[in-house]
Amino acid sequence: MNMNRRQFFKVCSAGLGGSSIALMGFSPTAALAEVRTFKLARATETRNICPYCSVSCGVLIYSTGDKSKNSQSEIIHIEGDPDNPVNRGTLCPKGAGLRDMIQSENRLKWPEVREAGASEWKRISWNEAFDRIAKHMKADRDANFVAQNADGLTVNRWPTTGFLVSSASQNEAGYLTVKTLRALGITSLDTQARI
Amino acid sequence: MTNHWVDIKNADLVFVMGGNPAEAHPCGFKWAIEAKKNRKAKLVVVDPRFNRTASVADYYAPIRSGSDIAFLGGVINYLLSNDKIHHEYVKAYTNASFLIDGGFGFEDGIFTGYNEEKRSYDKSTWKYQMGDDGFAKVDETLQDPRCAFQMMKAHYSRYTPEMVSQVCGTPKDAFLKVCEYIASTAAADKTMTSLYALGWTEHSVGSQNIRCMAIIQQLLGNMGMAGGGIGALRGHANVQGITDMCAYAQNLPGYLKAPTDADKDRASYLASRTPKALRPNQMNFPQNFPKWFTSLCKAWWGDAATAENDFAYDYLPKLGGASDTLSIFNAMYEGKINGFFCQGFNPLASVPNKRKVGDGLAKLKYLVIIDPLATDTSEFWKPHGEFNDVKPAEIQTEVFRLPTSLFAETSGTFTNSGRVIQWRWKAAEAPGDSKDDTEIIANLFLRLKAMYAKEGGAFADPILKLTWNYTQPLKPSSEELLREINGKAISDVLDPKDPTKVLVKAGEQLPSFAFLRDDGSTACGNWIYSGVWPQAGNLSARRDNSDPSGLGQTLNWGFAWPVNRRILYNRASADPSGKPWDAKRTVLKWTGSAWAGNDIPDMRPNAAPEEMVMPFIMNPEGVARLFARDMLAEGPFPEHYEPFESPLDNNPMHPNNPKAKSNPAARVYKGDMEAFGTAKDFPYVATTYRLTEHFHYWTKQSRINAIMQPEQFVEIGEELAKEKGIVAGDRIKIRSNRGFIKAVAVVTKRIKALDVDGKKVHTVGIPIHFGFKGATKPGFITNTLTPFVGDANVQTPEFKAFLVNIEKA
Repeated sequence: MNMNRRQFFKVCSAGLGGSSIALMGFSPTAALAEVRTFKLARATETRNICPYCSVSCGVLIYSTGDKSKNSQSEIIHIEGDPDNPVNRGTLCPKGAGLRDMIQSENRLKWPEVREAGASEWKRISWNEAFDRIAKHMKADRDANFVAQNADGLTVNRWPTTGFLVSSASQNEAGYLTVKTLRALGITSLDTQARI
Repeated sequence: MTNHWVDIKNADLVFVMGGNPAEAHPCGFKWAIEAKKNRKAKLVVVDPRFNRTASVADYYAPIRSGSDIAFLGGVINYLLSNDKIHHEYVKAYTNASFLIDGGFGFEDGIFTGYNEEKRSYDKSTWKYQMGDDGFAKVDETLQDPRCAFQMMKAHYSRYTPEMVSQVCGTPKDAFLKVCEYIASTAAADKTMTSLYALGWTEHSVGSQNIRCMAIIQQLLGNMGMAGGGIGALRGHANVQGITDMCAYAQNLPGYLKAPTDADKDRASYLASRTPKALRPNQMNFPQNFPKWFTSLCKAWWGDAATAENDFAYDYLPKLGGASDTLSIFNAMYEGKINGFFCQGFNPLASVPNKRKVGDGLAKLKYLVIIDPLATDTSEFWKPHGEFNDVKPAEIQTEVFRLPTSLFAETSGTFTNSGRVIQWRWKAAEAPGDSKDDTEIIANLFLRLKAMYAKEGGAFADPILKLTWNYTQPLKPSSEELLREINGKAISDVLDPKDPTKVLVKAGEQLPSFAFLRDDGSTACGNWIYSGVWPQAGNLSARRDNSDPSGLGQTLNWGFAWPVNRRILYNRASADPSGKPWDAKRTVLKWTGSAWAGNDIPDMRPNAAPEEMVMPFIMNPEGVARLFARDMLAEGPFPEHYEPFESPLDNNPMHPNNPKAKSNPAARVYKGDMEAFGTAKDFPYVATTYRLTEHFHYWTKQSRINAIMQPEQFVEIGEELAKEKGIVAGDRIKIRSNRGFIKAVAVVTKRIKALDVDGKKVHTVGIPIHFGFKGATKPGFITNTLTPFVGDANVQTPEFKAFLVNIEKA
């Protein structure tokens, strides 16, 4: 029978009549005994990729809610994607702990600042964070921008602010970061690929 | 990887050196097991430690960390002196026959042109002899003593099995056994795949370690073959993609070499980046550089990039000198950097010499952390006992910490080690007030832009005119960005052979980089990704895993760059006449009118074999390089040099030349040379490594991983433990000349003492994953110990070979 995992769960959980379950070659009693407790059946399944090593294993993320605007979803389970030709449903000890990373107690939740010389963090708004950082950037760029080098050649660079670009984010974020940094004239940039 | 993860299953020999995929890439390593199970392939491992990859290998040989070139040079010598090479392949597909300039030479560890004061070479003789026809001269018989083949043979004749054993500590019989395995794949229908990771890159000679394998795979005829190639097993899930986007100073997206102070205008820049073919009839694909570069400028500055203003050439910053993690932190340490951003990056833990990094961060005016997690770096200013002994009042750096979303909370693409670009879908919202990386960049950029528009300031044009036509300017979507990366036609793209024919209509997505133009009619954010989102839609989201060839190519799963090609150099999987070397693993063959098979041809589709268009289309030679000309910093042939911290007094290959002890072309900053320790005070070789339960400094934040591996430990051999009176479970102190850490001793049989140059050498293995922030037991940062020196070409730090001493804590 041609049925994907998701349809399989749906059929099972819906507790359909014996006829359709029998079609799948299952005995109705056994199947009905299974369906009652299977929590993934009512979860939303999303295909994603493990962010750890470069095998980039396909994962299935199960979350509560149906992705509608007013429902808050929570990830309840992550497992390997059996359709992915590389990992074929497997995950290693690193990837098996993915949910605990997403829900780590050390997740940051709001912008903070540690003022010069201070001993603690202070919560601030995004507006304050963006405003203060942008002012720092502009002041440094305007003060230290090198339009021409000693030989009088146009070089248009801003060497005094550096940026380490994440290798953990998606290509699109990396591209946008590079495009923006280059437009600002930043030449002190690097990424984890180096180390 | 030149090939891809699943293709490992097609190998006859899986050779693992400089990596430990069973623990670091477990789900990819399963394909090595498949090869063993289904093809009766052999698995051979060379490593300082009998790791878990070794535990399932057919053969394991130990090696002293930092002596890989001596070992691999010995393999090259073995293949050449025992005539175990794929002759037809070497002759046709490599530069074996090319004649080398008469001025080039090598004496006692140093190549021609060395400047000791500058620690660099004048490479003007590292080149081919050129004929009057403008092409490189060759000797098809390979007999001329100046041909690359003969010069290579002479160079490696010094790498005898005895010398290998003396330098590496590998027993001679074990070395020869490994050579026999490797040599068995010189047969036309046998392949070896090489799997390596940071065990090769994190050395002061990292690039040349890998060059050795490139030479070996050329000699064996394994490049381009299914089950062949070289597999760089990379770090993060998207480190390949971010490298492709070139989030570093030397290149622009798609590996376009960035302009420097030497490139005064667009014309001279393009001229120096666009090579001329070195042999007749070759594709010399980089001749298209102007199309790639112009299309990038159009993607970034749109209508503001015109022929009149050199397509906004001056909007791009020119690189003035070194710029890499080590040089940037050195500049920071010297007080030359004022502001710094760490986006998903924890340099206090991941850059060598923690003290120097911390002192550098303390000199900043402002530091911005963009991360989903509370990293060690974000609290470099905060006291965490002896793990981070600092006084906040003395540190004037203003530190911002901005929460960002994780993989599960965004959509977009990751590119795996096998160059396959795959779409991911968003599963949940990030906690609290977190924002996506793209949103944070957009907010900062648009604020700056508004300030420049209002107040003016230094050279505002590239900021004010940067293309930013996203539907929600503060929230560019991954879909829009991937379309921009793919590229589109700005005006109609015409057929050069028949200008009445429109190939791509204005405004449409480009089908591939073949349609890029250098006249401003196309825009493309990254040429190598062109084709991922053509007019038909997002090919990275394809999920058809069917595999009609049985080779595991799955051409309709995601999209591999370039042009969905899964095996690079695949033209070389067939002989010069177009017949596959191994018909059972046909990747490509000449059908009489075109190249076809089970992959996208890495060749002009209609290039008939008799045209002699050679497979290595990205090289102006058309062939692969045994002799690397002036491409690397320390020489056209790899030569063994000792790590900067070596247990030996000299380089056993050049005992009387102190200049040739360690990499003569490696950059060492003032103060760092003095911070190197000597074997007198620090007698043990240390090497850092990774555990299967942890990923870098990330999973220490996850509860389940912290339960599996809760605490920092250090691995030592039984003999050393006995000598030092240490038993398993003791707390020990590990010191280098840069600092100390304390950890629990694990005493194992996995690391054995080696006999190196008449001296007993012990190795200390140090996992990296711990720190003072996280769910694991608070611990020291391993990179407190490591030396601040890198590979001479790419400045990857020497994390894998340095010196320590140990004692009971």
